[in-house]
Amino acid sequence: MSDRPGGTRPGTLRVEPSLFEIGAPGRRGYGLPPLDVAQTGLEDLGPMDRGEVAGFPEASEVDVVRHFVRLSRLNYAVDLGLYPLGSCTMKYNPKINEEMARLDGLARIHPMQPPATIQGALRLMHELTGMLSEITGLPHITLQPAAGAHGEMTGIMMARAFLERHGDPRKVVLIPDSAHGTNPASAHICGYVVEEIPSNARGCIDTERLRRRMGPDVAALMLTNPNTLGIFESEIETICGIVHQKGGLVYCDGANMNALVGVARPGDMGVDILHLNLHKTFSTPHGGGGPGSGPVGVAAPLAPYLPVPAVVARDGGFDLDWDRPQSVGKVSSFLGNFGMHVRAYAYIRALGARGLRQVAERAVLNANYIRARLADTYHVAKDQPSMHEVIFDDSRQAPHGVRTLDIAKRLIDYGFHPPTIYFPLVVQGALMVEPTETESIQELDSFVEAMREIDREARETPDLVRTAPHHTPVGRLDEATAARRPRLRYRPES
Amino acid sequence: MYPDNLKYTKDHEWILVQNGAGTIGITDFAQKELGDVVFVELPEIGRALSQGEEFGTIESVKAVSELYSPVGGMVTAVNEALRDHPEQVNKDPYDSGWIIKLSVSDAGQLSGLMDAAAYREHVGTGGH
Amino acid sequence: MRYFPQGEQDLERLMSAVGVASPSDLFASIPRNLRLTGELKIPPALSEIELRRTMGGMAAANASAGTHACFLGAGAYNHYIPAAVWQILLRSEWYTSYTPYQPEISQGTLQATFEFQSLIAALTEMEISNASLYDGASALAEGVLMAQRVTRRRRVALSAAIHPHYRQVVRSYVRNMGVDVIEIPVAADGRTDMARLGEALASPDGNDMMCVALQNPNFFGCLEDLERAGSLIKPSGALFTVVVNEPLSLGLLHGPGHYGADIALGEAHALGTPLHFGGPFLGFLAAKESLVRQMPGRLVGEAADAEGRRGYVLTLSTREQHIRREKATSNICTNQGLIAMAATIYMGLMGRAGMREAALQSRAKALHARKRLAGIKGCRPRHAAAIFNEFVMDLPVDPDALNAELIKHGIIGPLALGRYDAALSRAALFCVTELNTREEIETLATTLEGMSR
Repeated sequence: MSDRPGGTRPGTLRVEPSLFEIGAPGRRGYGLPPLDVAQTGLEDLGPMDRGEVAGFPEASEVDVVRHFVRLSRLNYAVDLGLYPLGSCTMKYNPKINEEMARLDGLARIHPMQPPATIQGALRLMHELTGMLSEITGLPHITLQPAAGAHGEMTGIMMARAFLERHGDPRKVVLIPDSAHGTNPASAHICGYVVEEIPSNARGCIDTERLRRRMGPDVAALMLTNPNTLGIFESEIETICGIVHQKGGLVYCDGANMNALVGVARPGDMGVDILHLNLHKTFSTPHGGGGPGSGPVGVAAPLAPYLPVPAVVARDGGFDLDWDRPQSVGKVSSFLGNFGMHVRAYAYIRALGARGLRQVAERAVLNANYIRARLADTYHVAKDQPSMHEVIFDDSRQAPHGVRTLDIAKRLIDYGFHPPTIYFPLVVQGALMVEPTETESIQELDSFVEAMREIDREARETPDLVRTAPHHTPVGRLDEATAARRPRLRYRPES
Repeated sequence: MYPDNLKYTKDHEWILVQNGAGTIGITDFAQKELGDVVFVELPEIGRALSQGEEFGTIESVKAVSELYSPVGGMVTAVNEALRDHPEQVNKDPYDSGWIIKLSVSDAGQLSGLMDAAAYREHVGTGGH
Repeated sequence: MRYFPQGEQDLERLMSAVGVASPSDLFASIPRNLRLTGELKIPPALSEIELRRTMGGMAAANASAGTHACFLGAGAYNHYIPAAVWQILLRSEWYTSYTPYQPEISQGTLQATFEFQSLIAALTEMEISNASLYDGASALAEGVLMAQRVTRRRRVALSAAIHPHYRQVVRSYVRNMGVDVIEIPVAADGRTDMARLGEALASPDGNDMMCVALQNPNFFGCLEDLERAGSLIKPSGALFTVVVNEPLSLGLLHGPGHYGADIALGEAHALGTPLHFGGPFLGFLAAKESLVRQMPGRLVGEAADAEGRRGYVLTLSTREQHIRREKATSNICTNQGLIAMAATIYMGLMGRAGMREAALQSRAKALHARKRLAGIKGCRPRHAAAIFNEFVMDLPVDPDALNAELIKHGIIGPLALGRYDAALSRAALFCVTELNTREEIETLATTLEGMSR
């Protein structure tokens, strides 16, 4: 079995020691200029002085650089190859975004500087909110939440504040059984009880069940559109009507906006509140788990509840508006993840209107190409049109003793990151594939070939698949023992 | 594998009652569904429980499940061995993998529980 | 367009395999009336050359720590960042990798995160740390919710000397969680009023306290008496929580764990990440090991494979939202991965000696600046307590006017405090770090002198 051109798998390196095992006493990895003022600063501290930080390394710059460069080579990354992760939108991260984010005038500014000294930054945020508003169809945007889940919490907070002002915050938030776990968790933090709405056989929200359940005790319905199965909720206007008719609000999880940019707008569908994931649709890098950014858009009646401060145009320039008495308050220390706002701004400006629409067109095209080429090999979970992601399951491979987890691990041997597995929960053994628009047909074909091979192996040599991966620095790890006796920090004897 | 001398709940707890003293654990079906148990959250001794009340949780690598009391009573003992060896629940769910003991306050509540045959049928249809 | 790998022929092959004649056919499941007929009103696409021009202009319209001396702190700190930190992180394997859910191909991120957890635990003198939260303010809010889960009590006491934005975020978070927030006032010396804290704990509601939080150094730059605070708080059963948002202070000063804190949390961006206009930043949360199952956020643990090789995995994930859903310890999904990596590399490079030396330099320069300014007529340090690298001065001039003048001399000036407390309308919070030079401090002083005549 040959490696992919250029080698996308982690290198087979010697085991990398811990940061605490490199270096030696007395080594230094830094330098500071000599102190240009009087050396004071210890006399009055007494027992508050800790001496040096016990347990910190003593390594040279060379030691440390080599350590982190060697560690980096144990990672897969989207700059190496495809991440077909459904619902994550692992698209290419443009490098000009990084250059812009690193400009001193954007990277080294303090959030509490007088507005007159940061007009460029405020302009960027204001223009970005304008563009996101145009893309989503929702007139008011806050950039303050630091991630998607943070945005969900902020959005539901605003829903609650709106309903409270109108006499009754209500008790329940309805969430489809296919929803991402952050949805119920966010609703819970806002003091709501969560009730599940079942999906119908097509994988969409059961509108009859919704109609029967919707009542004056329901504050909101949280949905995702396209939903977590990659299917567009075509009854969305009916759904919004049902909720609005009883005075509730519709929250849309915007994680799947990659299927809609330039094609359709949640605001036009009747959605009241929406969050976006800049690290998904808008290309900001994933950085091994963050940072993200989760701007929230709201319909006009919810504008008074946006977090403070808001970025406003005023007197020919820009300012921060703290005077918002009905605001839900603050959710971040300062203004949100500005570094990610810069990157998303650069991305949207680089694409323009036509480019944004092409993102959605090509994302949906690529996903459907994979579906078309693999549907005879892997069972497609729902017989509905897929948008930007497609869900397979392991029902054809399971009779040979090979499950979704095994297929995922064996894909690693073929040089790919696995798709999203076991989500959404409404599909047994889900394998959710979202290629995004930045994958070439060659990369897609390569993935299809690997998946076909694995299916053949499942039938002919299933043990090979069940014990995968075989070509990585470590094999499957004993997660049960790790959870029973958690070792969460370095200890010299370990 | 569902011993005939036990009673069962639809949430996959079992109970053995002898002279008003009940021993409670989870069934073989439940431990298989959970996978390798990594942690069991145990209640305090002396706590009063009503029938169906949540008394703890049981955690595996991929899931956490609540534990519900099959009958009302007062907790008289907890299986301390599970603190260091939660995997006992997987290895021996009906014996050394027991979770709590309680003094049963109303023996009549037992009649509402499933016997082994009924429970076998319950899990045969998926167990939910 | 350069981010789209498909040429015309590729598009034809793709469409033919899928069985559509044009891309719009792919959206048939969207009702026709919802499909946009025209283009979004977004300006036309820009090339890189044009982007550099446009965004370069936006950058140039800001006074930054690249062009100006910075004396502004208050939760966002301008510290030395070694060149190697971001050079390493620009590597694609760090920048463009995903959350390490597949440990076999994420050992780089997992091991580095384990090292981050270890370093934070050592720095704060706590037993365990998580893999990061969004920022200091949300970390405090998460800490309060954690205390609620652990103690099942109803009240939380926050020192009024905690950063005002942090207190505001806590109130936003807990508004709907059945939590009562009270504040402990600040004494004249600039530290939390211990007598008032004692009263709050001794009151009838005192044993319904889930958590008492202080910040060290506090918002006014003053060093709190954590020994005394701990002795008051711990007998009540409330979780003793210490907020740190100037982590360089821990290069010199004992960490919260030394004083028996149950939870240490706050902001660590200053370890290796620039000001960024307030984000992305780096929340952290460290605690006693007994509280691990109630900790929010990701945790990386050691594990072994079948051959006994040491590796790292995300662990105790059942606490998290993707499994526990509405009963999760938090709704957090994304953390601050790359920023935590920056902190790890920073702490690795600075090491035990560098953390202390940078902290000592910050403090020495702050004490020098305070002394120099105190010599100006009408300038008085407001607080008697010991400081780390920030201090409040009462000024002979309006602080906003001072800042408007300072900008002309290439200086980003102190934080005017009037917005936070009317009694402080002629006071400002100065921050001095190892990056400030003696000359800059002198220019600050002479400008103020010039205005006060």
